[in-house]
Amino acid sequence: MSQRITLGPFNRVEGDLEVHLNIDSDIVQAAYVNSPLYRGFEQMLVGKSPLDALVLVPRICGICSVSQSTASALAIADLAGEKAPLNGELCRNLTLATENLADHLSHFYLFFMPDFARDHYQKLSSYQNTAQRFTAVKGSATQDVLPARANLLHLTGYLAGKWPHTLSVQPGGSTRPIQTQEILRMQLTLANFRQFLEQKLFGCTLQAFNGLENEQQLQAYWQTGRWQDHDLKHFLYLSEELGLAEQGKAYDRLLSYGCFQTENEAGLASGIWLPQTGYQKLELSAIQEDISHSWLAGDKALPPSQGQTLPIAEKDNAYSWCKSPRLANMPMETGAFARQVIDGHPLALSLMEQQGNNVRNRVIGRMIELARIVPMMQSWLTQIDPQAPFHKEIKLKDGDGIGLTEAARGSLGHWISVKKGKLTRYQIIAPTTWNFAPRDSHGQPGPLEKALQGVDLRNDPKQVMVQHIVRSFDPCMVCTTT
Amino acid sequence: MTSITETLKPAKTTLLWLQSGGCGGCSMSLLCAESPDLVSTLDLMGIELLWHPSLSEACNQEFQQLLQDILDDQQRLDLLCIEGAMLQGPQGSGRFHILGGTGKPMIHWVRELASKAQQVIAVGSCAAFGGIGSGEDNVTEATGLQFEGEHSGGLLGRDFISAGGLPVINISGCPTHPNWVTETLMQLVAMPVDQANYDLFQRPKHYAEQLVHHGCPRNEYYEYKASAEAHGQLGCMMEHLGCMGTQAHADCNTRLWNGEGSCTRGGYACINCTAPEFESPRHHFQQTPKLAGIPIGLPTDMPKAWFVALASLSKAATPARLKDNAVSELKIVPPTIHKKRG
Repeated sequence: MSQRITLGPFNRVEGDLEVHLNIDSDIVQAAYVNSPLYRGFEQMLVGKSPLDALVLVPRICGICSVSQSTASALAIADLAGEKAPLNGELCRNLTLATENLADHLSHFYLFFMPDFARDHYQKLSSYQNTAQRFTAVKGSATQDVLPARANLLHLTGYLAGKWPHTLSVQPGGSTRPIQTQEILRMQLTLANFRQFLEQKLFGCTLQAFNGLENEQQLQAYWQTGRWQDHDLKHFLYLSEELGLAEQGKAYDRLLSYGCFQTENEAGLASGIWLPQTGYQKLELSAIQEDISHSWLAGDKALPPSQGQTLPIAEKDNAYSWCKSPRLANMPMETGAFARQVIDGHPLALSLMEQQGNNVRNRVIGRMIELARIVPMMQSWLTQIDPQAPFHKEIKLKDGDGIGLTEAARGSLGHWISVKKGKLTRYQIIAPTTWNFAPRDSHGQPGPLEKALQGVDLRNDPKQVMVQHIVRSFDPCMVCTTT
Repeated sequence: MTSITETLKPAKTTLLWLQSGGCGGCSMSLLCAESPDLVSTLDLMGIELLWHPSLSEACNQEFQQLLQDILDDQQRLDLLCIEGAMLQGPQGSGRFHILGGTGKPMIHWVRELASKAQQVIAVGSCAAFGGIGSGEDNVTEATGLQFEGEHSGGLLGRDFISAGGLPVINISGCPTHPNWVTETLMQLVAMPVDQANYDLFQRPKHYAEQLVHHGCPRNEYYEYKASAEAHGQLGCMMEHLGCMGTQAHADCNTRLWNGEGSCTRGGYACINCTAPEFESPRHHFQQTPKLAGIPIGLPTDMPKAWFVALASLSKAATPARLKDNAVSELKIVPPTIHKKRG
């Protein structure tokens, strides 16, 4: 028996989301993902000065605000052919890393885990533990994580004035010189955050988790001690029980622009990962945005350097405000796991090679980052030289610029063109634009659409597995249709 | 747990929070509430969260049922918080935001729910006035709940009064400070409803009757018009870098953000984000517009002639410490130490 159902609104997805499912004999045959909110930023930015764009772009997104600022600042610096001084790069990285880690924390505790505390799982023997810890709003984890997150974000109080929506991230570096005493305060904040992660989330040192290299070691990690005592072990226990490593598989084609470079460090690598070949270099010129199924004027796929965004209310076959970015016609998946695979983290790489990406591994990707990036931040703090410059004036030029970075949820790119000091084009491809894209002109589903195919809805009247899969991408819908 | 409002309101106050044409940043900021955290704060105030997009379990059908129950008077709604602009486009249809799964524009749901709520609260400048997306072009036909920029009206119209007897309360800011929101809610829950608590733009006076200038660590530079000329420098940012802290209504430098910060402490201009139409300053955000070398936007309540006279006098009297530090990232001249006996 076949039927079509519409799900929405999804919450805990930073914005609004609607999903249509074609179901036959309780199995999802096809999914159609609709971003039902259009924001209009790409249109608004045209005609503005590039420096004024720095006020607008963070306001695209309240959860990946700094990554939007970073991409914009890098695009303007790229156009000018300039770089920020080392202190400026370090402060930018610290600000971005703070946001990304705070987002990983919010995602795991507030957006993702509460679905396991639903009534749906009442019959599991683990249910009492899960409900006590992770029930939305009322679970004990909420009262642990909110202060931990707020304390971590104190770093932005020093580095960025406030979060979200800072103007400290500039093409020429950071507006906020940091003094020695402030470095010490931030080290204290990070040490405190590290303690939270080790004691509540991982149940081991960050080094120990970061040192895991394969599935076997991951199993040994979570089976040591009581799973109820540490939140990641709790998740891995549930994942085993519910088979989450078998759920939400998309194309296994991964993309990362890389981030955190400084003049001293390579940062996380840029590249792609394909099932046939493994790691490959990223050919930026192969990116195009298809709009065949988007409520946007035109039908031709264009590279973002030539793209345009003109909303139209009615269009045959269109079902989303989101474009469909493709790399050499391939839908690509982006996010923390992709970033760690492409950077060659042993555990991520080994899981990818053996299992591909799935609901569980997307979560593990974020956990690897929490374990890996806190020590990187601690090291960046030691590299700041309060006597050296944090910012240099950059002369704006006309021309084209590209700013690429990584938000918590994946690859973010800004493509700008400037003439006579004004923006003539501003095209943004956000992480969730990649992940939650609609079909393209070849009929290829976007990554989430692919990941939802085959979901078994027998005994799942509230489509809880669909929710796990959707949220495993850590979507940010407000960025998606800018 | 004992609630601070227990004696005043034995019944729980219900709160529904919806988002539309915005970035969700006011919610992300609200989650930074501290001492105590947000969930404890709401609990202690006696507020029952019917639903919040970042926190609540319900979605899809369960959530739609909640909205229906409110409209059918099966569920009492005390506080309706709306974050994000009301998107009326294209051509007034509201199609730029159809609430997922419902087939109806968000502006439809907001109108209906507003008629049921005891109080309607716009959280952030988008919901209050239209905000960042409602500038010159306003491609999404964005508006605030009861203001379109400085003009009364907006989605609900200038005559709208909630069941609880107030026009829409505008907790403006881009984003809002967590305490602006929690203290406004607390005032509504714990004290008699009083229109006198709100200013001309319906902003809660507890934060809006102050200036960002108050408590700015650059005040000494301001006194002597010792100005920063580039980002990162320590001097006052009013003369060159577009800072509107002397005109902006908010308490950012006395309350502080994320424990430690504010825009001016972060080394960049206050852009007056609590004001309607802040998104269209008619000059570059990070550059002060001037006429004959004098900034056009002068401090609030300051007669222009006096400002010019005092500025030239204080510029002439600027100590070397401030003059040199103002254009440096590093404090290069420390304050002199005076001993009681030489």
